[in-house]
Amino acid sequence: MEWFTALNVARIQFAFTVSFHIVFPAFTIGLASYLAVLEGLWLATGRNVYRRLFRFWVRIFAVAFGMGVVSGVVMSYQFGTNWSRFSDLTGPVLGPLLGYEVLSAFFLEAGFLGVMLFGMNRVGRGLHFFATLMVALGTLMSAFWILSANSWMQTPAGHLVNAAGQFVPEDWWAVVFNPSFPYRFVHMVLAAYLTTAFIVGGVAAHHLLRDSAQRDSRVMFSMAMWMATLVAPLQVVAGDLHSLNTARHQPMKVAAMEGHFETRRGQPLILFGIPDTETSTVRYAIEIPNGGSILLGHAADAELPGLDRLARDDWPHVPLLFYSFRIMVALGLIMVSIGLWSLVQRLRGRLYDTPSLLRTARLFAPGGLVAMLCGWVVTEVGRQPYTVYGLLRTAESVSPVELPAVAGSFAAFVIVYTAVFGAGVLYSLKLMREDPAAAVERVEGEDREHIGMLRRRTAWGRPEQ
Amino acid sequence: MPELDLALIWLILLGAAVLAYVLLDGFDLGVGILFPFLGDEPQRTMAMNSVAPVWDGNETWLVLGGGGLFAAFPLAYAVIMPALYAPVVAMLTGLILRGVAFEFRGKTERRRELWDRSFFAGSLLATFCQGIILGALLQGIPMENRAYSGGWWDWLTPFSLVTGIALVAGYCLLGATWLVLKTGGNLQRRARRMARGFAWATLAGIGVFSLWTPFLQEGYMTKWFGWPALLYTAPVPLLVLATGVLLFKSLGRGRDLAPFLSAQGLFVLCSIGLWISFYPYVVPSSVTLWDAAAPDASLGFLLVGAAVLLPLILAYTAGVYWVFRGKLRPGEGYH
Repeated sequence: MEWFTALNVARIQFAFTVSFHIVFPAFTIGLASYLAVLEGLWLATGRNVYRRLFRFWVRIFAVAFGMGVVSGVVMSYQFGTNWSRFSDLTGPVLGPLLGYEVLSAFFLEAGFLGVMLFGMNRVGRGLHFFATLMVALGTLMSAFWILSANSWMQTPAGHLVNAAGQFVPEDWWAVVFNPSFPYRFVHMVLAAYLTTAFIVGGVAAHHLLRDSAQRDSRVMFSMAMWMATLVAPLQVVAGDLHSLNTARHQPMKVAAMEGHFETRRGQPLILFGIPDTETSTVRYAIEIPNGGSILLGHAADAELPGLDRLARDDWPHVPLLFYSFRIMVALGLIMVSIGLWSLVQRLRGRLYDTPSLLRTARLFAPGGLVAMLCGWVVTEVGRQPYTVYGLLRTAESVSPVELPAVAGSFAAFVIVYTAVFGAGVLYSLKLMREDPAAAVERVEGEDREHIGMLRRRTAWGRPEQ
Repeated sequence: MPELDLALIWLILLGAAVLAYVLLDGFDLGVGILFPFLGDEPQRTMAMNSVAPVWDGNETWLVLGGGGLFAAFPLAYAVIMPALYAPVVAMLTGLILRGVAFEFRGKTERRRELWDRSFFAGSLLATFCQGIILGALLQGIPMENRAYSGGWWDWLTPFSLVTGIALVAGYCLLGATWLVLKTGGNLQRRARRMARGFAWATLAGIGVFSLWTPFLQEGYMTKWFGWPALLYTAPVPLLVLATGVLLFKSLGRGRDLAPFLSAQGLFVLCSIGLWISFYPYVVPSSVTLWDAAAPDASLGFLLVGAAVLLPLILAYTAGVYWVFRGKLRPGEGYH
């Protein structure tokens, strides 16, 4: 098995741990902002439905956030264990970016999370809302720095190389705001918001299908569908701009995404097909002639480079890129459609009692998450065979580790992640399935008991009778 | 004006971050290890709730330690992590197993016991591995061509096992004194009894560790026992003894806060001792802080952020501890 090497196992291990990890931050970035909105609306309007929705979702947030934290700690050490050459060479540039992430985001989130989850009986409403805002701000700051670091690996800028072969910063502004960063940041934050919106919408739809009169689920569903209506089209625009940026800086990634093997004028837009890297063709292609050149080159006969510009050894995994990209785009178009459909039903006054819409929303609950993962596969696999695009090869980044060490740690992570995060996902689903009003009723009942014991006011106010 | 030695500043900052980690996460890991022995279900729940609002922030100092090492001393990070591969991976798994237990155990009746065990085992594993990591660092790590050049089991020695066990005792002491501070009644009485036992164990561990260290390397021997170095190093063990006496006295007098502070004091003194042994190496006997340091452009850039953000972090962290101050009220629980 010549394929079974320390390098390849280290790569699979990274793909596995980072894919598991990103699911939780993507969901909690969106959910933290949603919770801040809910609490803000409660404080502003005094309507208890917002308080109840906050209390319903904050318990799910706590589970997801905990899993994000512990799977994230693994990431911060895995650079060193499996990718020590990479760490030595890129540390002077990437290290400070991650350092800023810890200082400006992780501490903020972790510090105020305790107050957000446990503090309502100890602080006033204003301070509690402030804590929620800080947690939401922390998740966005974290996205800012980690996407800056990732984007630098895609489109490195602002650095020099020293005698030891290390990348060293020359212009920090150019490093942080490297050419692909603004596009990737916007695309990812919108993806996180959509991921959360469709999960919230799916959960609301599930409850509305049982009882369409439920007011808490109605509010949830309405808010989620507004996000789908407004943000999904924005995401299409952001994604398009991102791909134009990629075409400029990483044209070979785009060639693989589009299935363009040959450099030529008038590239087609291949809607679907089966890319065959042996023959450098896309079999059974359904294509729009000149569509690729029009989209990416803004002219029907614009010349677009193909993979023939690269030596075969330097190709990324073409089929993986080709399929992931199409799944992501298809899911994105479904999101836009659901957004429009919900808008039509909303205007007709039938948003909450259209079973087909509710069933679709319930089915599509994980849709945003899958689209987000496919997008990451496209951008990360498309960077291969480099870790720092064009400058440092993946094969030269790995630690001098032996296969048994990497394989052993990989096995440990697979077992622990599957068991632990599998259980966590089940608990989250269990919380989501609970009837929102009844769940909050139960939690507040426990509160009442406890407040009686304390003979003390709480910032949640007097629970409704 | 002499130029600032940014590498030295960063070593001090990183040392402080690791110390902050040990002082803060130490007690909540300790509560995890003591967890199965804390009596009935309500008492154990109360012990867990005493750390639930703060554990996450405490663990962030470990991420700062790892991230800071990567940023300020990338070469050291690149040598240490492969050298300590197995204990680092095991520590991370332990931290996962215990970290999720806080949320998970409240979400299930049927499997609560499973997550209780996961909380205990994860805390124990993470602590033991942190001790091993310390021991393995101290015994030295070889490097060639900017990469680790030793074997995959070099970290496993009698010395590193002893440091692992000693750290378990030390974190148990921190955890027990934390419970003395935060709880009352039966749980507090039990914690006080435990604290006394672990105080003996911790002091014994420090003793063995301190006497063994000079024999690891010539360099440590001259640093500690050479003349006139002895004049500077002798106060450290003497202060350890004095703090130990304070710890026992305060436990005997039924104080709440003083035992916790004395236990923390022991860890501060140990870290001063470690600083003496390590300096100027980041990776003992192969990489000094100046060999490993990132260029000034990197160190300076992050230092600006640290200078602004660390005081803020310390302020709001203190604020959070203030919000949750005082004894845990019975039944005080969840969001």
